[in-house]
Amino acid sequence: MNKIISKEYFSDNVVKLEVEAPLIAKSRKAGHFVMVKVGEKGERIPLTIADADQQKGTITLVVQKMGVSSTKLCDLNEGDFITDMVGPLGKATHIENFGTVVCACGGVGTAPMLPIAAALKKAGNKVVTIIAARTKELIILEEQMRQHSDEVIIMTDDGSYGNKGLVTNGIEDVIKREKVDLCVTIGPAIMMKFVSLLTKKYNIPTVASLNTIMVDGTGMCGACRVTVGGKTKFVCVDGPEFDAHQVDFDEMLMRLGGYKDIEREELEKMKCASGARP
Amino acid sequence: MDIAEERAQEWRVNLRNQMKAKERTDIPRVHMPELDPVYRSHTRLEEVNLGLTPEMAMQEAKRCLDCANPTCMQGCPVGIYIPKFVKQIETGDFGGAAKTLKETSALPAVCGRVCPQEKQCESQCIHTKMKKEAVAIGHLERFAADYERESGNISVPEIAPSNGIKIAVVGSGPAGLSFAGDMAKYGYDVTVFEALHEIGGVLKYGIPEFRLPNAIVDVEINNLRAIGVKFINNCIVGKTLTINDLKQDGFQGIFVGSGAGLPRFMNIQGENLVGIMSSNEYLTRVNLMDAASEDSDTPVFMGKKVAVIGGGNTAMDSVRTARRLGAERAMIVYRRSEEEMPARLEEVKHAKEEGIEFMTLRNPVKYIGNEQGRVTQMILQVMELGEPDASGRRSPVEVPGKTETLDVDEVIVSVGVSPNPLIPHSVEGLEVTKWGTIAVNNDTMQTDIPMIFAGGDIVRGGATVILAMGDGRKAAASMHKWIQNRDQLVADNC
Repeated sequence: MNKIISKEYFSDNVVKLEVEAPLIAKSRKAGHFVMVKVGEKGERIPLTIADADQQKGTITLVVQKMGVSSTKLCDLNEGDFITDMVGPLGKATHIENFGTVVCACGGVGTAPMLPIAAALKKAGNKVVTIIAARTKELIILEEQMRQHSDEVIIMTDDGSYGNKGLVTNGIEDVIKREKVDLCVTIGPAIMMKFVSLLTKKYNIPTVASLNTIMVDGTGMCGACRVTVGGKTKFVCVDGPEFDAHQVDFDEMLMRLGGYKDIEREELEKMKCASGARP
Repeated sequence: MDIAEERAQEWRVNLRNQMKAKERTDIPRVHMPELDPVYRSHTRLEEVNLGLTPEMAMQEAKRCLDCANPTCMQGCPVGIYIPKFVKQIETGDFGGAAKTLKETSALPAVCGRVCPQEKQCESQCIHTKMKKEAVAIGHLERFAADYERESGNISVPEIAPSNGIKIAVVGSGPAGLSFAGDMAKYGYDVTVFEALHEIGGVLKYGIPEFRLPNAIVDVEINNLRAIGVKFINNCIVGKTLTINDLKQDGFQGIFVGSGAGLPRFMNIQGENLVGIMSSNEYLTRVNLMDAASEDSDTPVFMGKKVAVIGGGNTAMDSVRTARRLGAERAMIVYRRSEEEMPARLEEVKHAKEEGIEFMTLRNPVKYIGNEQGRVTQMILQVMELGEPDASGRRSPVEVPGKTETLDVDEVIVSVGVSPNPLIPHSVEGLEVTKWGTIAVNNDTMQTDIPMIFAGGDIVRGGATVILAMGDGRKAAASMHKWIQNRDQLVADNC
């Protein structure tokens, strides 16, 4: 049981939770994730750690309401307990001085990018962060990102804030402007796919942090498998970060959609039960 | 008291003299009462085997000749005092029988259900040498453990006075529980760390309710709590805590029983299509996460045409689960013939009664999916048996050009697992074999790091509950000796 110390709304559907987890706070590194389960009959879902405070013994998670489980997590309040949490899991991000690094994040992907950008900056890289979202309200953690980046570029689909355009437009502008040594991308799978296609064109090494379906998260079930460079890999123990140019994103997208029908039904049921309109 | 002294006790002698050996061997072996196959193939949670009645158990116990040289015990990885507990059942002392079991086994109600007795104790029974059916030792073990549990009068095994020495166990599966039980009896302060949210490892996530109810596993775990074993869930040694953290916390010995890990796949075309998963994933969803229940948030596919690839016990558990979740066709696809199947005979028999189809001498070579990426068909290569291979079993060889197409909407791949990579990856200096298992001295289960011992699937790669328990027991005995020797050395040098 892990207590929620504070809760903050980034938008209607995105919340930031600061959770008591002293051991994880102590051992986690940038890139690690935790498995979280809400309720006795809850589902185990992976969430990348956004931040940690060793002194306070807390970790920070940023969660977007997507399905039943993320909604249950978002509905918890300060003082409530997360039933089960385990971690840190996965391999930590490989950090070194690469030169100039573009951190391309989309939506809630900005949250797990924060510690990576911070670690890259600390290692001496020039960090150019691109935060992209559909619209202004969905741009999160801009201020914190500015603290750990040499430059922050905001992209919105509708042009309501920053530059109008997709994350890939932002990346391409930087590539045309200066030499980029590495690109790190975290966001929806479809976004990472297009980031990967773009940087491949320019021959820029790219790392993507994958968020696949997992059950145990500890290297046991194989639900998270992806094809990387023609070989089956397990995101939970071989990842979550991979060479984006080797990832079969189409297969990953297909596998992510595997439970969509069941998930939709469950969500409807939950909304009906809570009295909301489906 | 050694085995011969026990056997020479008056009550045992009298009991032996009550019946002639011939009369005992003439009694037919008891039949385990079972749920009706048609009924049970649609009920997910009810146990198939119903257990013996006291009368049945006492009658069966009479069949045991109480041999001077009980070879059955040599067939038991944990060395249960088999004739003693069987004879206690014959006299009606069921509680005493349960107590005898607990002297050497941390999980008698579990072993009585899932051990392959026909390959162990029962295969060594004197009856089999006379071409008769072995005494149903497994059924009797289950009976005694169940009787005690249901009576509510659960005895606590004798434990040595506390020595205050802290011991850590990594993983709460059969190896870890067996180790923890023995170390607690030796007087150690034992803490078991479990990565998942539930205690029990494969007994919870792997073996289905219809073969081993979780409630029974919980009782055995509570018995360990009663002798002082502590359990911490949601904690991964090597990740949440390092081995060094444990040392700093004062732990003086560590047993690693972290079990099986990554499922093996066959690396064939289409294997990552939606609806194809490992047996670990399928069983974890259904057993650990209770995904088939209305109130569970975890989803699971309930296929109508389900193929399970493999011929082991896990494959049988998966296919029988699929049947219970509503599969109209639940099929085993196995590349050898039924004779070579590693699954227990009882599991195969039960599966057949429940309408499972056995498609032997077939090997999948390709999967085909629809636009959504969901599997719809599989191509099977027809096989025949050739010369015996390294395992001594006749190896399957392809019949050239002969393939079949099978309609499926769910496929469960159950062709084995590799050891869990977390501990081997995270403990510096720990010797690991080329298969990814932890290397140990087979006599002591000690690794090349003296304070770390290991056993179960993390050492064996993939075996049975009882072999894991045997490892745990062996590791406990040798760690106990190692600590005593170490302390003796320190004392001598003072």
